[in-house]
Amino acid sequence: MTLWLMAGLLFTPLAWAVLTLLVDFRMGRAVTWLGILVQVLVSLGLWAAVASDGGFYYLLGGWQAPLGIELRVDGLAVTFVLLTALVAAACGWHASVYLDPGKSWHRYFWPLFWFLWAGLNVVWLGGDLFNLYVGLELISLAAVGLVALGGQAAALRAAIRYLMAALLGSLAYLLGVALIYGQFGTLSLADVTALLSDGTVAAGQTFPLVLMLFGLALKTALFPMHGWLPPAHGIAKSPVSALLSALVVKASFYIAARLWLDLGGHLGGYELAQLIGVLGGLAVIWGSWLAFRQTKLKQVVAYSSVAQIGYLFLLFPLTWGVTDAISLQAQQGITLQVISHALAKAAMFLAAGNLIMSVGSNRVDALAGVSRFLPFSLFSFGLAGVSLMGLPPTGGFAAKWLLLQASLASGQWWWLGVLLAGGLLSAAYVFRVYQASFIDNTDTDHFFHPPKSLEVIPLILALLSLGLGLVAEPVLSVMALPFEGSSR
Amino acid sequence: MSLSVLMPVFALMTSLLASVVLFALPEKGYRLRTTINLVAAVVKIALVAVMIWGIARGREYEAAFTMLPGVEFVLRADALSMLFAGLSALLWLLTTIYAVGYLEDSPNRSRFFGFFSLCVASTMGIALAGNLFTFFLFYEMLTLSTYPLVVHRGTRKALRAGRNYIIYTLTGGAVLLLAIAWLHGLVGDLRFQEGGHFAGVDPSLQAPLTIIFVLLMTGLGVKAALVPLHGWLPQAMVAPAPVSALLHAVAVVKAGAFGIIRVVFEVYGLEAAEAMGLLAGLALVAAFTIIYGSTRALYQIDLKRRLAFSTISQVSYIVLGLCLFGPLGVMGGLVHLVHQGIMKITLFFCAGNYAETLGVHRIDELDGAGKRMPGTSVAFTLGAFGMIGAPPLAGFITKWTMGAGALEVGMDWVVAVLVVSSLLNAAYFLPILHRLWFAEQQQAWPHERRWGRLETSPWLLWPPLVTAVLLVLAGILANVPFSPLSWAELIVLREVAL
Repeated sequence: MTLWLMAGLLFTPLAWAVLTLLVDFRMGRAVTWLGILVQVLVSLGLWAAVASDGGFYYLLGGWQAPLGIELRVDGLAVTFVLLTALVAAACGWHASVYLDPGKSWHRYFWPLFWFLWAGLNVVWLGGDLFNLYVGLELISLAAVGLVALGGQAAALRAAIRYLMAALLGSLAYLLGVALIYGQFGTLSLADVTALLSDGTVAAGQTFPLVLMLFGLALKTALFPMHGWLPPAHGIAKSPVSALLSALVVKASFYIAARLWLDLGGHLGGYELAQLIGVLGGLAVIWGSWLAFRQTKLKQVVAYSSVAQIGYLFLLFPLTWGVTDAISLQAQQGITLQVISHALAKAAMFLAAGNLIMSVGSNRVDALAGVSRFLPFSLFSFGLAGVSLMGLPPTGGFAAKWLLLQASLASGQWWWLGVLLAGGLLSAAYVFRVYQASFIDNTDTDHFFHPPKSLEVIPLILALLSLGLGLVAEPVLSVMALPFEGSSR
Repeated sequence: MSLSVLMPVFALMTSLLASVVLFALPEKGYRLRTTINLVAAVVKIALVAVMIWGIARGREYEAAFTMLPGVEFVLRADALSMLFAGLSALLWLLTTIYAVGYLEDSPNRSRFFGFFSLCVASTMGIALAGNLFTFFLFYEMLTLSTYPLVVHRGTRKALRAGRNYIIYTLTGGAVLLLAIAWLHGLVGDLRFQEGGHFAGVDPSLQAPLTIIFVLLMTGLGVKAALVPLHGWLPQAMVAPAPVSALLHAVAVVKAGAFGIIRVVFEVYGLEAAEAMGLLAGLALVAAFTIIYGSTRALYQIDLKRRLAFSTISQVSYIVLGLCLFGPLGVMGGLVHLVHQGIMKITLFFCAGNYAETLGVHRIDELDGAGKRMPGTSVAFTLGAFGMIGAPPLAGFITKWTMGAGALEVGMDWVVAVLVVSSLLNAAYFLPILHRLWFAEQQQAWPHERRWGRLETSPWLLWPPLVTAVLLVLAGILANVPFSPLSWAELIVLREVAL
């Protein structure tokens, strides 16, 4: 059963990418709906299988490593697979209504969408450093293409800038991988870890790890390397922005986190961990401040991503040199932050797209009267904002709570300031949008009312992000399942 | 699932569900909206009444599940929660009736009543929360659900007040979160428990516990409007009258005061808090707030602003009562939670009536209003006398009990505070009463609306009359079972190990 599920998970996106390449926008849309259905079912099935029987190694085509491709199917990976399925399905559905079939280049949305999905699944499941690189490249190229789909010159400029950053990041990562291979003679992350912990290979230099982390941080838009993100995420079509902010930046972070948790204890150091944490903290403060200063709605949301990504990098200091219990707490907090930010930010970008469509302007101050005539569109945006602020009972709050506990328990009290100030600063930019929409200066409804399906999608995502806080314990328990490491 | 688990969940759900339905209703569904509002409010009163009956006979209601590793979500109905839940359920019904009349023909009613119900749901959650974590959950939900009510009018002034409100409350919330998280890290998940947890606590914990206490009081003090954290409250007056009534009498300031009660009684424990020397500082802050609020009220010319400063002063009676740490003083503080609610809501309803019917906002425009609106003015007069503390009204019971409590524990200076405050109350209320009843009308009413033979819309008239009757009854029947005072006594006997 799991074999079929794995096969479905890995091959549908690739097959659908090729299929949709051959047809026009409308046909591609119809084909994609079917593919989304398959993917969602397969992801759910795999998640349920792992939740009931525990994780396993999956050997692609039955070939043993180092020859074959080895996939690590554990609780965390299937949770992210499922998250990807939910968010991508929502964005795909939204795009199928939102994108104008009349523009010929929009037909390329579908193949790029599917390549992106394939790449994401490879990254979540990848067990060795080179496969992770392949997945990462697939994601980057598809993402750049999706940004360029915006059509205008500005979109192309943003896409090129994004491409440069992504390539530089990939290059740094690849160089690090090569150095690791030279030292350890293997690319499997599990083997490298084993070699390090039984002392077969002396710990050696930190340099390869730093190089890889640098590349990945660049791709994740960690402060001060975030310059490429707001233009790209801001100018892209709303469903694309949603995909990029919710999932794409998380892929490179996921790899960085896995490298750190497996190798950081041997190759990392206190200073490195703290440095990365400080950059994350600065990202939270600076990103929120810039989000507050933006005049365009989607730029607010994009800079908010820079800030929210900053929280993720608190993982590094909070897992280095602490007890296992604290490390687990921090990991759980970060995982919840990844999930809740993915759901909330996707909801927010889609809702922002709807709002812009309704008021016919992308400026924040054009929102006056929205609260009266378009309460529904605003509601999703508002709910997503609650999660970003980290107020209860959202997933963002659950994440913040765990991170607060981890900071307190590890004695790294300085992160408390980041967590609390970050929440207040995000409230500042979210409430700025609410405030603009509550201005009641018109008695006539001159707004365009988007189709209901467009409005329902962000609402569902926002509600999921809200509810995540209430079911955090069962979600975390699936992620914490023991990983037996047996092959299947 | 037994009934004892489901009752608190139902009590929370009635207004939560009502809120969801109300959001979804089209703007024009006037009748349906009113029906849903009233049905939900009545059902909630019934549920709370059943729980009050059960708790008086020793039953327990509790629902809990694990939300995060090591953290539980607990809904629990005990005697103390019912004091607050009963107040909010009762006043919700009256405020809803009032709001229906007040907002007739104005835009955005779906939004208004949706957030209104959400606000009541949060209040219910605050009353029923069984640990600090759950309390915080609903405390923040209250902040979010009241913001749209404060800025409801969408004017520049309303938006500025809303921004101020949100800055104060969210910052307070962040401080509170820090305190709760720290406490959790220090001693784990603490349920609210009779007598508190920290009797005979390890002396090494004393220093952090003291800092946490200060942080907790700061976080809660923003909503309870303790000076100097009160700045948001007078500004929030721009909100529609039913919202001001709700904010001042039931929801926001009471959430803060109720949180302070919970922390002092059931987290720290009254004795432990006293032994650590935490209450003396709190008593001083509360006493200062009482005098300061009353003094500022004297200088206000806007009726609602005067009432707002009066709220700042009156809510601190509750806090001051706790700090007396004798049974009578504590009882006085607890009972004032209810008494202040009933009296203040009466006054705000009346202020709203003057504004809606006559267009009067300033106190000097009230000359002769008693003749034009006798029903409203009688209610206002009773509320004002209650606040001053004239026997046999509700406010007198509070001040009498607290004064006796203060003498009992030898804190004579509190009596002086009570006397000064009562004099100040008289000084800012009596001139209004004089204008209402004895001054001649000087000019035409700014914006008069007529309702045939009635002085104002029956939706607006009945709620203040009912609350005025209640505040008389709460005073006269103070010793009857299930009166606020008897219930406060039950709490003191049952929960506060003295």
